[in-house]
This record gives sequence, structure tokens and C-alpha cells, in this order.
Amino acid sequence: MTGAAIISALLVWSVGWFVNTRLANSPAARSRAVQLLVPAIFGLTLLVMWELLVRMLEVSPIILPPPTMIASRFAGELPILWADFEQTIIKGALTGYIVGMLAAFGVAVLADRSDFLTRGILPVGSFMAALPIVGTAPIFVRWLGSDWESKAAVVAVMVFFPILVNTVAGLRDTSAMQRDLMRTYGAGYWPALFKLRLPAAMPFIFNGLKIATTLALIGAIVAEFFGSPTVGMGFRISTSVGQLALDMVWAEIVVSALAGSAFYGIVAWIEGRVTFWHPSQRKSRK
Amino acid sequence: MRSLLPVLTVIAAILLLWVVAVVPMNMHLTADQAQRQDIAVSPDTPAARQELSGIGLALRNPQLFGMTYSLERPRLPSPQQVAVEMWETIALKKITSRRSLVYHGWVTLSATLLGFVIGIGLGILLAVGIVYNRAMDMSVMPWAIASQTIPILALAPMIIVMLGSIGIQGLFPKAVISAYLSFFPVVVGMVKGLRSPDAMQLDLLRTYHASATQGFWKLRLPASVPYLFASLKIGISASLVGAIVAELPTGARAGFGARMLVGDQYGQPLVTWAALFAAAITAAALVGLFSILERWTLRRMGMQAA
Repeated sequence: MTGAAIISALLVWSVGWFVNTRLANSPAARSRAVQLLVPAIFGLTLLVMWELLVRMLEVSPIILPPPTMIASRFAGELPILWADFEQTIIKGALTGYIVGMLAAFGVAVLADRSDFLTRGILPVGSFMAALPIVGTAPIFVRWLGSDWESKAAVVAVMVFFPILVNTVAGLRDTSAMQRDLMRTYGAGYWPALFKLRLPAAMPFIFNGLKIATTLALIGAIVAEFFGSPTVGMGFRISTSVGQLALDMVWAEIVVSALAGSAFYGIVAWIEGRVTFWHPSQRKSRK
Repeated sequence: MRSLLPVLTVIAAILLLWVVAVVPMNMHLTADQAQRQDIAVSPDTPAARQELSGIGLALRNPQLFGMTYSLERPRLPSPQQVAVEMWETIALKKITSRRSLVYHGWVTLSATLLGFVIGIGLGILLAVGIVYNRAMDMSVMPWAIASQTIPILALAPMIIVMLGSIGIQGLFPKAVISAYLSFFPVVVGMVKGLRSPDAMQLDLLRTYHASATQGFWKLRLPASVPYLFASLKIGISASLVGAIVAELPTGARAGFGARMLVGDQYGQPLVTWAALFAAAITAAALVGLFSILERWTLRRMGMQAA
């Protein structure tokens, strides 16, 4: 039985890999369809192997549930998953993200007026951005209670530093020539900020915003491990692990993966709209 | 060193903000305690005090300012309380003691480093595979990039339980999470680095009649070093966060994460804060170590940081 399981899994793998190798080395490899198809086939191959191995080796669902079981759990628990999504992503992560972002913009614009402060904030901010800030979660849960406010606070602190550092760095990213041009136009501080330096900073700012999307989800989910109302993705993950309902945990992970990709995708889409002029946004013509 | 003074100014400003915030944050607790010691407090009932904000209460009771800095269980400990707690648990306790932060730090650090080594090893191998195999590139790379937008840390409790139920406990499950978190930055960075030689340089090697292996060892690998270090610095702090979070929801008995949780559950905020700062210092030391290594290596190789 074990042998048959491993052989069939290897068979699936070699079929998937054969198709992908042919596709990748075919003349059509550069077309959009193939570039989407190849990773899709790869993912599907892994899922089928997972399913086969778990079913045929009779791995207990307590250790690793098969993908079909996770999918049916996902489909069956949509109302609960949606409520968790609302609590954690919309209320916790998104609110915190917006608060942290606005605070970072505010501090960056204030600091930007002084070269002295900028030189101080850049190293301190990048240092803080590398710290395990998620560890402040128990403190915030104690201060603000276990509902979404404490999660939003953790998220706000986590996203603050990467956005701040990138905004401050971006606001410095104009050449002397460009600033001189503004001066010859007689532009004061504010017109120069809004017409030249903020637009020029946008690629940096969006870089920070994109890094912060993942941090926001991590902060909101992990903070729920320390105390939460009886709803939320982190709460569901930790209680379902306790009940050994691993299919539910996987379903939540699917939700968080979808939410994370969507969040990132939306920010990247806005970036494309705002910084359409930047070389990194040019579509290569192949 | 031009930025030393600005950096110190910013740090001083943060400390000052902290010191000022201690008073209103702890005022309610302090007022309750002062009343028990028969010190006049206005307003004199706890219910009336709850009506006031921390700042309002502080303005009415300036005589209590000093006490807010020395509470045993403050809401917000003052900087010197945290410093004293850290000094006591790092320097004055034997490092084998269960109350020593050095002991807990080592528990977390060993998992971090083990996971980090596994993560960068696998990451570099996969990156080499991606650079040399088109099929692998097209199949795996989109997933590696997409995985960076996913809160992988949410997997932590499940990995611990999964490995626990097949009998693996202790250091290894935490290391798996650390490895997982440092893996993807290294893959993405190394792929970029191994591809960084431009067509001119690759052509030059071809005119030398260099084999693919020679091309790898003499051009691609050295060219990828700046990218590798950039990824290592991201990876090591991700690894540490992974190891700490892995300790949080699983009832670990030792490690920074366990200390934070213990401090939280038993109402000892100083323990939580000391563990938090010790973790921050560890993270800073690790990133700093890699920065020094980076600068040294790149200077020896005659290169600039990526």
C-alpha cells in the first residue's frame, strides 16, 4: 500500500513536471496564457499528490487533512469564515493599516522640514522596522481590551515604521535640478511638496505600503492569539488547533492567503495608477 | 558618524515621550494605591476617578507624579524600571536559572539559528534550481513571490501541533517555522542575485570558453553576494520573529515568547517588557552582525552593497 501510494504520487509528479517542462521550453513559453498555466499546473500537481498520499497512506486528518476535506470545510463554513474575515481583516488589519499609514505620513512630512530630523529618523526607523514588534501584542491587548481596537493598535505600530522610512527616503529623492526648477517657478514649500516631491516619493511610499500589507495581516492574526472575542481568524486558528480540527485551520489559512494576495494586489493596482510614469511600471513589449 | 547626533536626538525624543506617557497611563492605579496609604487624592472615590481621563486625573494630583514611576505592576513601566528588570535578569541571575533572560534568549536563539541555517540552505538550493531550469522557474517562482503576501506566521500553531502529533517536540518545530520564514526572502533575493550578471559579462565568459560550472562559481555566485546579504538581513529578523511567535500560542515553557506570555498571564508587566526589549536587542544584534559581515565581505570582494 505504501509502495503503491508513493509510486502513484511520483507518477502524478512526473506527468505534471513533463507537461511543465514541455510548456516552458516550447515556443509559446513567453505568452501570457502559458505563464499563468505553468504555475497553475505545478500547484495542481502538488495538491493531487497531497490528496493521493494522505488518502492512500491513511494519514490521520489530525496531522494533515486532504485538500478536498479542506475545500468542503471551506465551502461549509462560509458564514463563520466571513465573520472572522470581517473581524480580523476589515476591523483589525485595515483600520490599523490606515491609522498607521496616516501617522507615518504625518510624521514624515513634519520631519521632512528639517534635514537634522530626517537623518535621525531614517536609521532609527529602519532599526525599529526590523524589531519583533508583534511581541507588543499582549501589552496592547491589556491596554485596549480584547476586541479589534487592540489589534488595530498592534497593526498600526507594525506598519508605521516601514511606511515612515520609505516616505522619508522618498521625499528626499528629488534632484537639485528639479528643486531648482521649482524655485525658478517661485514655488513655496507647499506647492513644491505637492507638485514635485510627493509625486516623486510615490514609488518609495508604495514600496512601504506593499511591505506593510503582509505585516498588517500578521499583526492582526497573531494579536488574536493573546485574547480576542469569540470571533476572528487568529482566535479560530488557535481554538481549532486546540480541538484538532485542522481542516478548519487550513480553511482559515486559505482565507488569510486570499486576503493577503488581494490586499497586496489592490495596493499594487493603485500603485500602477498613481505611478504610471515610473520606469518600473512600463509594460515590456515582448 | 555625521548622523550620530540626529539619531541620539530622535532616541531621546522617543524616551522623553515614554517618560511623559508613564504619568497618565499609571495614574488610576497610582491613585488607588495612594488612597490605601492614606495619601489625599482628589477625587476621593474610585468611581469618580474612573470618570476622569488619565491626563485629567494627573493634573488634579501633581503630588502623585513620583509614585507613577515606581509601581510594582504598572500599566506602562517607566524606562528605568525596565532597565533595572533587564539588568537583574540578564546580568545578576546565573545563566542556567529559569529566571535568567540569557537562558530564555538562548532557547529562542538556538531555534532561530537552526531554522535560519535550514532556511537559507534550502533557499539557495532552490534559487540555483530556478536559475538553471526554465520549468522550475516558471512553476515555482510565481508561488515564491505570492507567498510573500501571505501571513505565513498564521501557520505557526498548526505546524507545532502537526509535528507534535507525530512525536517531534522542542527545538525542531520552532526551527521549522523560522526556516519557513527565512526561506522565501532568500529564494527571491538569490534568484535576483544569480541573474544579476549582464549579457556582456556572460558573453565574456563564453569567449573564455568557460563551462556552466565555472560560470556559476566564478561569475554568478560572487555576483549574488550583495543580494544574499540583503536577504540574510531580512531573513534573520523574520526567523527571530518566527521563533518568538512559535512559542506564543503553544504553551512553551522557555524562550522570549514564553516570557512575554508568562508576564502577561501572571500580571507581571515588567517581565513582558524586559523580554520584549531583550528580543529587540537580540534582533538588532543579529542584523548588526550581518551588516558587519556584509561590509567586511563586500570590501574584501571589492563590491558595493546591493
